[in-house]
Amino acid sequence: MKMQEYQGKELLAKYGVPVPKGQVADTPEEAAEAARALGGVAVVKAQVLAGGRGKAGGVKVTKTPEDAQAFAASILGKELYFEQAKGNLQIDRVLVEEALSIAKEYYIGITTDRGSQRNVFIVSSQGGMDIEEVAHSHPDAIGRLPVDPFLGVRDFDIRRVAQQGGIPAAEIKDLAPFLKKLYQAYVDSDATLAEINPLVVTTDGKFIAGDAKISIDDSALYRHPELAVYAETSEETDEYEKEAHRRGINNYVHLGGNIGIIGNGAGLVMGTMDEVKRAGGEPADFLDIGGGAKAELVKNSLELVLSDPNVKGVIFNIFGGITRGDEVAKGIIAGTESVKVTVPIVVRLAGTNAAEGLAILKGTDLIPAETMQEAAQKIVSLVGSD
Amino acid sequence: MSILVDENTKVVVSGITGGEGAFHSALMQDYGTQVVAGVKPGGGGTVTERGVPIFDTVAEAVEKTGANAQFVVVGPRFAADSIIEGAAAGIDLIVCITEFIPVQEMVTAVRFVKSQGTTRLVGPNCPGILTAGKGKIGIIPPSSFTPGSVGVVSRSGTLCYEIVDALTRAGIGQTTAVGIGGDPILGSTFVDILPLFEADPETKAVVLVGEIGGADEEIAAEYIKTMTKPVVGFIGGRSAPPGKRMGHAGAIVSGTSGSAQGKVDALNAVGVAVAETSSDVPGLIRQALARVGVTV
Repeated sequence: MKMQEYQGKELLAKYGVPVPKGQVADTPEEAAEAARALGGVAVVKAQVLAGGRGKAGGVKVTKTPEDAQAFAASILGKELYFEQAKGNLQIDRVLVEEALSIAKEYYIGITTDRGSQRNVFIVSSQGGMDIEEVAHSHPDAIGRLPVDPFLGVRDFDIRRVAQQGGIPAAEIKDLAPFLKKLYQAYVDSDATLAEINPLVVTTDGKFIAGDAKISIDDSALYRHPELAVYAETSEETDEYEKEAHRRGINNYVHLGGNIGIIGNGAGLVMGTMDEVKRAGGEPADFLDIGGGAKAELVKNSLELVLSDPNVKGVIFNIFGGITRGDEVAKGIIAGTESVKVTVPIVVRLAGTNAAEGLAILKGTDLIPAETMQEAAQKIVSLVGSD
Repeated sequence: MSILVDENTKVVVSGITGGEGAFHSALMQDYGTQVVAGVKPGGGGTVTERGVPIFDTVAEAVEKTGANAQFVVVGPRFAADSIIEGAAAGIDLIVCITEFIPVQEMVTAVRFVKSQGTTRLVGPNCPGILTAGKGKIGIIPPSSFTPGSVGVVSRSGTLCYEIVDALTRAGIGQTTAVGIGGDPILGSTFVDILPLFEADPETKAVVLVGEIGGADEEIAAEYIKTMTKPVVGFIGGRSAPPGKRMGHAGAIVSGTSGSAQGKVDALNAVGVAVAETSSDVPGLIRQALARVGVTV
């Protein structure tokens, strides 16, 4: 679950990580009031998940409560174009914050790293810009610190990573508590990413989180009832991806071709895409029903894929381990009964309970295939001959 | 020979009384695997329908039955604890198929498993291990397997099945297939499994099945440089558009890092032929084996 900036800052504040004073506002009047409470001058920031809010025109420093109100009125309820999301997103809420007196901007991130199998801090004195660009242009300006889960963050680790990241030794006494509190917030909340960019060093030497980008591990949400209030807002801009979200289909990507692809397991679905492309077809989507899918999800998936008018044929590629062929077959039948099917559907069923599944599909209009390659060639030739 | 699992492996199943646990334990037995014990807290002293004795703890199961491998098929809230329990009981090989275990739990579990020194973890969120004709731990469907000389190691479960199926259809048998899993934090990666195939006298060539995202294939390429046996690669998601998330926590393409092309290049650079689609794998394996004087 990705959290919006104000949500991330609320979470960080609970752990004592310093964040700017501020308040969210859903109306221009509330924005004016929040600015007044801050003494007039404020920063008004659109609250959406997409990055590049400044470029999209969603952030402004305002001098008076009236300015804050006017700017909020100009974006609330409106759509802004976000380059990163490649689409428009509606602004429903703004964060009104104190304007910090900035001396320096650093970068602090923490994420869980495949390679070291640990939570790893990324620390750099080059904050305020895209960290991937920094990694590219100044690779020696980045410190990395894998944290041993049995030891936590130790002071000597912090001294070393600060040195690698180009942060002056004199500031370690301010950096250390910031990193330790951030680590606690990260681990306790089951985060998968916490990015503070910029970490603002104010002119009076304080460390304050200027922004907060936090993602929580969806698999751990069950043990965080306190995060339920932050239920994720959609960042999808694609019509079919929004619909997939509504139907509870988590692994769908709309690709725009004419052959709908449904399979079990991300690797196999990608492999099916590769095979369809090689046979001369263009995948309309990537849809992974996951492991152990029940008939209802299969039915839902077929309905979603068929709702795209560009789809001229569908390929089901199921190689069951934990997924059972009979369960998938029941779902396919249910899907073909609930919507009018006018395009060919090729079904390849193998693995666990495949024989039971094929028995269920016997006597229907569904076109069987023995292998993935054969399935891809069949669907492409059928769609091509239309 | 083969790797990790054979007819002598004695398996204790954590979660043997659950729906999936009972179903897949029976399939493992049907394939000839010795399932010597099950664990269900509070269920000690009973036996399963297939006559497998149940214990309250893994330690007790190990002590009473000599189990040396553990199949973890409990729910995501309990799986990390089961893994740690197995490692603490001195199990040699733990296979965990559970999906959706909290990542932070796995950071702790993997750290503990590695601190034990003698325990190897495969998974989580993996299909497990199958040695053709000898036994299996996990959910890999055995119908496509035929004994032979090719080892398979795969990030994706279903792509692993697909490639084994393609090999068998082409008349090429397998030694062992290992699905290492799709989670961000894994007990074993390619570089943990490849040396086992390199050391196994029955395995003559290896298929490495990767996918977009992460750097595991690039790291594997470094190791492959030192191998004497030929390796053939396949990378799922070559046609995936950059910047799109394709399901697996690990499968994220962003720019060049983690891209299919980067992985293909890294593998090609160490002499690994990479198949364009999975159906090309058997042909490349046959060529690779011919180069080392093995005809299949």
